[in-house]
Amino acid sequence: MADKILEYLIFELDGLGESTYEVDDPIGDDFSVDVPEELMRDDLPFPDVPEVEVVRHYTRLSQLNFSVDTGFYPLGSCTMKYNPKIHEHVASDARFAMLHPYQPDEDVQGALAVMYHLSELLQEITGMDAISLHPAAGAHGELTGTFIARAYFRHKGETQRHIAIIPDSAHGTNPASAAMAGFDVIEVKSNEKGQVDMDALREIVGKYGDEIAIIMLTNPNTLGVFEENILEIAELIHGVGGLLYYDGANLNGILGMARPGDMGFDIVHLNLHKTFSAPHGGGGPGSGPIGVKEHLKDFLPVPTVIYDEESGMFKLNYDIPHSIGRMRMFHANFLVLLKSYMYIISLGGEGLRQVGRLAVLNANYLAAKVKKYFPIPYGELYKHEFVATGKVLKDQGVKTLDIAKRLIDFGVHPPTIYFPLIVSEALMIEPTETETKYNLDMYAAALETIFREAHENPEMLHSAPNNAPIGRLDDVKAVKQLKVVYTEEE
Amino acid sequence: MNFPENLFYSEEHEWVEKIGPKKVRVGITDHAQSELGDIVFVELPEIGKELTAGDTLAVVESVKSAADVYSPVSGKVIEVNEELNDRPELINEDPYGDGWIAVLELEDPSELDNLMTADEYKRMIGEE
Repeated sequence: MADKILEYLIFELDGLGESTYEVDDPIGDDFSVDVPEELMRDDLPFPDVPEVEVVRHYTRLSQLNFSVDTGFYPLGSCTMKYNPKIHEHVASDARFAMLHPYQPDEDVQGALAVMYHLSELLQEITGMDAISLHPAAGAHGELTGTFIARAYFRHKGETQRHIAIIPDSAHGTNPASAAMAGFDVIEVKSNEKGQVDMDALREIVGKYGDEIAIIMLTNPNTLGVFEENILEIAELIHGVGGLLYYDGANLNGILGMARPGDMGFDIVHLNLHKTFSAPHGGGGPGSGPIGVKEHLKDFLPVPTVIYDEESGMFKLNYDIPHSIGRMRMFHANFLVLLKSYMYIISLGGEGLRQVGRLAVLNANYLAAKVKKYFPIPYGELYKHEFVATGKVLKDQGVKTLDIAKRLIDFGVHPPTIYFPLIVSEALMIEPTETETKYNLDMYAAALETIFREAHENPEMLHSAPNNAPIGRLDDVKAVKQLKVVYTEEE
Repeated sequence: MNFPENLFYSEEHEWVEKIGPKKVRVGITDHAQSELGDIVFVELPEIGKELTAGDTLAVVESVKSAADVYSPVSGKVIEVNEELNDRPELINEDPYGDGWIAVLELEDPSELDNLMTADEYKRMIGEE
């Protein structure tokens, strides 16, 4: 398998051409510039390939890719739902796609209106008081949110608050964002139901009191389990003057049914590209707006979009008294906002609720089938996803990695593996609402087959994938000898 | 799986070997390296760093995840295993030998009493 060449690098196709293209000397003899001799060169190692071969090369590469458009993709925590094609059609309209961020407000009223109305809709959906569409994706939203928390406490003179409490089931980005904002992270453990252990949390709150800045929670959490004690957690943290941060990665599981604002969260980030459907994970950029409650409104990044009653115009607003400033160039990943806006208005309130319901139904249907072979250590009913364990195949010498690689042979995408860390040999499966019963049944059947193979022919699993264009990669070599630049002599 | 009798063990899967009256060598257990999988990077502490038991001593990255290695005892780092910079896989190959992480000078040798014996550790991870 290793020796089979699927596709040459574009550099290796050099020479296929007949030098069909010639580039004029763009500078010419008349132009002289003071470049040191040692920095001058005559050659440019640029592959000479005919246009038709360039097109074929990249088309062949694209065909080796796996995507939501080619198969079932239940990658836990990533919400790889189908993205309606009509959104791409509208977003590629020149009147949206060709806008320039330096155009004056009066020239881009349509785009500003989309941003303004989307902000209003997101406020309604999350139960928050103000929105910033700025952040480029989820983790960037976290960073923005933790910066806002820091600015808020500085403004209040409460600089002694240095603790961020984060559960042991959290996304790794949570402690990373908190650390970037200068907070010290304290981990709170999960109980046997996979939820925040209230005794452990009380102990931390008792010990640190007014040193606590924020608690960062995902609800439903990464185990697909709803934090039932959320109101009590909010009371506890607010009681010592701390803030609650909501990681919106899993909003799909409660869409239209519950709102983070009502649970007591002060800051929320959303992953528009997940919950509100825009191609992501190699398919496009993300978008991670944040929402805040009234008391944090004055700390949002600039600019936001406002509506000026007097002139009847939408405007970019830079006048936010304690703004943390800019978090990125320009205003947002606009086309992702546009796609999410279309998704929300075309589904409507009841439609969004149905999204949440079906995401939960699909996860529970698949969970009931999968757990016959691979137990699910936490929870009985799940929201949008569940986490099974591959530990049952330990005696066969089969690991979760082998299971994941073998799934590729069945033409489906493996689940997220080895996360969350509190489940050993974790298989984190999120089917999303857009999959048919047929696909769920097929996935369960594939896992059942793999379970059987592990007992009959475990060796075959160790070499999997066996039917994919590329076999098992050497992960260690990939990390230690990562080679991403082409060099001719090799 | 191998758990030498002469070592002390922590709940966070580190081992401690007494190599002098106030000197210990520290690493991670066979169980820990097997759970982590192939280790590709080790972030070693600086020599002279003062640690309280429970502080982060090192960070170990495998193809699966990154994990903190906690100092099982309080003390000062007096030696680190520089070899791990080039060959982090030594932790997988020989967790109790060539894969050691650091040598600490103990503040209070009686802290070793808080740690587990090989049998207790084996019970904790369900190997018995």
